[in-house]
Amino acid sequence: MTTRRAILGDLGALSLLGLTGCGGSGSGHTLRNVSYDPTRKLYEEINHRFVAEWEKKGHGEWNVEQSHGGSGKQARAVMDGLDADVVTLGLALDIDAIASRAKLVATDWQKRLPYNSCPSTSTIVFLVRRGNPKGVRDWDDLTRPGVAVITPNPKTSGGARWNHLAAWGYAMESTGKNEAASTQFLRQLYKNVPVLDSGARGATTTFVQRRLGDVLITWENEAYLARREFAEDGLEVVTPALSIRAEPPVALVDVVAQRRKTVEAATAYLEFLYTKESQHLMGQHGFRPSDPEVLAVEFASLPTPRMLTIDEDFGGWPAAQAKHFAEGAIFDQIYEPGS
Amino acid sequence: MSLRPRRLLPGFGLTLGYTLFCLSVVVILPMAVLLWKAGVYPTDQLWAAVSNARALASYRLTLGCAFAAAVLNTIFGTLVAWCLVRYPFPGRRFIDALVDLPFALPTAISGIALTAVYAPTGWVGQYLEMVGIRAAFTPIGITIALMFVGLPFVVRSVQPAVADLDPAVEEAAAILGASRWQTLSRVLAPQLVPAALTGFTMAFARGLGEYGSVIFIAGNMPMKTEITSLLIITRLEQFDYAGATAIGCVMLLGSFVLIFGVNGLQAWWLKRQGAA
Repeated sequence: MTTRRAILGDLGALSLLGLTGCGGSGSGHTLRNVSYDPTRKLYEEINHRFVAEWEKKGHGEWNVEQSHGGSGKQARAVMDGLDADVVTLGLALDIDAIASRAKLVATDWQKRLPYNSCPSTSTIVFLVRRGNPKGVRDWDDLTRPGVAVITPNPKTSGGARWNHLAAWGYAMESTGKNEAASTQFLRQLYKNVPVLDSGARGATTTFVQRRLGDVLITWENEAYLARREFAEDGLEVVTPALSIRAEPPVALVDVVAQRRKTVEAATAYLEFLYTKESQHLMGQHGFRPSDPEVLAVEFASLPTPRMLTIDEDFGGWPAAQAKHFAEGAIFDQIYEPGS
Repeated sequence: MSLRPRRLLPGFGLTLGYTLFCLSVVVILPMAVLLWKAGVYPTDQLWAAVSNARALASYRLTLGCAFAAAVLNTIFGTLVAWCLVRYPFPGRRFIDALVDLPFALPTAISGIALTAVYAPTGWVGQYLEMVGIRAAFTPIGITIALMFVGLPFVVRSVQPAVADLDPAVEEAAAILGASRWQTLSRVLAPQLVPAALTGFTMAFARGLGEYGSVIFIAGNMPMKTEITSLLIITRLEQFDYAGATAIGCVMLLGSFVLIFGVNGLQAWWLKRQGAA
């Protein structure tokens, strides 16, 4: 029967896709770095240099595999058994989940490496169209009627959570810490959002390629990347006066690395991220190097907003998550019918 | 001498065993795990997850769009099948192969392509925008995406039924004085309905669970353009396995009832045809 054959064909196609997903590794040892979306090109360069140096020290033949996707999705994949020697994700909450729920990472992971285990940071900025036709300068411009704002869904995107919290931080400061008024501010802002993409990269595509919206709220590194890649569009980066320090952390996945006998190499790999060489590379890719000397060199000509931090201003990720993004929390209240 | 009736093909025991094993491992096991997982969580937590306003809005949207897409596909898919079987024309084989493309294409690719075409700046979207229709990021866009992934189901179901139709029957109807409309409605349609129903069910069921091709064109606005599969992903993203499992079970039961219902309808139809 033709139908049946067609369905079998469908299944066949699916399983083929599944297979190509798991790329084979060459000879020698492999180290797997499970990361989030915007770091793909950065780690391609870093891996190349790390392998050269590591092999030079006489550790045999090595190869670093990269895996990229939404931060939360990557964390779930690791918890469900994707063998990652190191994770380099978008927010500490996701590594916390790997530590507390799957117990693959020691709970004190964030204290094991310098700068709270964040070799680089970023912040949240605005990307606007050529000449900034809507005159967007700061957060309150995003709530004006007629300004279309693109930001992904904070329920599915780690990046969008930083965006949401930065806006909240601004609202709290400008309303004298009035939570009801701040919620109203966010409600106005989200009213201007025509599409909630499921991830940060999807939102960039919506803004840059579909030409939807007047402002894209995004990571600073993503904004500089988009401006460079689509230079002919004349996109402009607007840095608000107040923003948030986005801290994408890294960690050794103890249980996996011990089983795969890669602890030494994985530890060296993470330490390599803090070398001057890597720090400069991060700066060139639009991430703010945590090493203050390198930061001063790489970001000399770029504006720096005053930055709130997740730990000092929001009481850490678990508190921020519960208050804003859990079921029935502020984000859900904003979208409740009739609100 | 055994008294058992002789079977034409040997190996019934072996094939039935293999069938049951395959079905269990491939189909029943994952479903059972889903239901078992749901059993682990407290009932009120599960109920809250599946019965809140956002979940209800997503069921309405998903059911509505999948139904609309399946109905449109049944009409146009039957036409396509008819055309491909009955009329020889240059490039027929090529078009025939083209029908299967939505099966083969990774759904995310089709989703991105459809969004590029139907977005307000896209090739088709800009003209729709001129006449005041916004396709992408609305339920219309979702329906378009579901039509894309569902079309082959209908065409491939109806094609063999059309091929089985004997043109002599139509000639006989004409000789006996039936009008064209009578031939279509009284002679041809009854023979095509069961196959079209099969195609409809598969297209509908596929539409209910579709994620990749829809997610880029949907806009994902809570209460408005948020499909049920996205709600499941949202729950997973918050490490809320209970909520995700609960909504997954609703989808599973919904799809099962639906397929069961249409199969019943089909059986009833065939019986009626036999009696007539």
